[in-house]
Amino acid sequence: MLIPHPLLGPRDAQEFVYLGPAALIDRPQITFPLTDASAALDAFHVYLHERENPAGLHRELWFHEQGDRSWLVVTRDTRTHDIVGAELATDIARAVGRGRGPEAPPPANKDTA
Amino acid sequence: MTYSGFRVFWEGLRGNKGWRPVWRDPDPKAAYDIIIVGGGGHGLATAYYLARVYGQARIAVLEKNWLGGGNVGRNTTIIRSNYLLEGNQPFYSFSMKLWAGLEQELNYNAMVSQRGVLNLCHTDAQRDAYRRRGNAVRMSGDDAELLDAAQVRQMAPFLNFDNARFPIKGGLLQRSGGTARHDAVAWGYAHGADKLGVDIIQNCEVKGFRIEKGMMRGVETSRGYIAASKVGVAVAGSSGLVMAMAGMKLPVESHVLQAFVSEGLKPTIPGVITFGAGHFYVSQSDKGGLVFGGDIDGYNSYAQRGNLPVIEDVCEGGMALMPMIGRARLLRAWGGIMDMSQDGTPIIDRTPVDGLFFNGGWCYGGFKATPASGYCFAHLIATGEPHPTARFFRLDRFRSGHVVDEKGMGAQPNLH
Repeated sequence: MLIPHPLLGPRDAQEFVYLGPAALIDRPQITFPLTDASAALDAFHVYLHERENPAGLHRELWFHEQGDRSWLVVTRDTRTHDIVGAELATDIARAVGRGRGPEAPPPANKDTA
Repeated sequence: MTYSGFRVFWEGLRGNKGWRPVWRDPDPKAAYDIIIVGGGGHGLATAYYLARVYGQARIAVLEKNWLGGGNVGRNTTIIRSNYLLEGNQPFYSFSMKLWAGLEQELNYNAMVSQRGVLNLCHTDAQRDAYRRRGNAVRMSGDDAELLDAAQVRQMAPFLNFDNARFPIKGGLLQRSGGTARHDAVAWGYAHGADKLGVDIIQNCEVKGFRIEKGMMRGVETSRGYIAASKVGVAVAGSSGLVMAMAGMKLPVESHVLQAFVSEGLKPTIPGVITFGAGHFYVSQSDKGGLVFGGDIDGYNSYAQRGNLPVIEDVCEGGMALMPMIGRARLLRAWGGIMDMSQDGTPIIDRTPVDGLFFNGGWCYGGFKATPASGYCFAHLIATGEPHPTARFFRLDRFRSGHVVDEKGMGAQPNLH
């Protein structure tokens, strides 16, 4: 399988490590102090264990371990292994407000200040 | 129809005209007491034990394709009971006892061959881990022997003992383990169940469940609606798809596992041998082909075929273990869809729907479990309570934290 890396172009899937569904980006947000521990446990149980496991298009996380070490969200057909597309996981996480946000400006150089 | 040596001789004299189909091919009735979805090894075994042990009648097995065309016909045929954990070992031990008497019970030659399973170890730490596992196996009443390198050399002199990186230090041998002819296991259970009046209905795909007020009423199929108040699902790789029709999400991912067979060679490998430093296991079929496999491909798949990198990886494992196979040609490779659970352990349990039972999450270890899986699932469906050896295989164990994680990998299905 060739994964169309958005920055590096087509790369062999062997360079990547597979994690699981892209829904793993949506880690439950728990706010403290915790008011309902059971509900939090339910949310994490669903997040960690339950899977859509579709036969068809599947959005999934691949880590470019033998490459630029970026996380990708790859859309792939689980019936045929056809890869439809790949995006940077950070872009997707930021779009839903999950990432670390836009890059902070570089710290001012104290020597020249 | 009863099979015997005399029968083979008799039919030989009479031009083999007296053989009859191994099972009937009935049309579905309007209603049954119990429907089993999935005509593979586990489903057929469940139907057989429901009728034979639990005295149930009016049972149907629904199979979407042909009988035994899924994982029961795609595995590497290994049977063993060398597990570590309390949740697993008694169950596989029970399965091994059923294997030992299977052919006489079913009156069908499943070619069960208990010629030993040898797990090789390559480091001192691994030997310690095997010693611990061997002790756990023996405490459950099964057999396990720790061999040193000289004893392994006597059994399998062709192995690469002095590999610079992974020298063979010894192995854990289970003499009662071995192989069985996988297709014949499905056919044997079908034969046994059919004789007890079970309707085996092929080319009958389940399209949906009819559930009213949380109670199972029946199944919609490609051959019409069939009513049943109890439905057991044993569909391996398709578990997620079938249970989604009942509105359930499972702690399971479907992955592809490849298996391989070489051209026929002279008898050379005594039993089953597994490489401890990579993932590679091999046995030799009665036709002479080396039957071997390794890891799953590692990504969700329903394709029943894998990709070349894993083929290369498995063959590298084989070459590291026994360089003599380097000139043997690979004859065939194929894939099966594994229902990989979040802790590597199966599920045999009730579901939130009254009358719907689930059997799945077998990862790539379902074949050896076939008899006990059927027996325990039949017990659950008939009595409503889990069989004592399968009481750890609960569906709610992930929520409660009572996971049975044999490999200690955590909730990462592709690592089990």
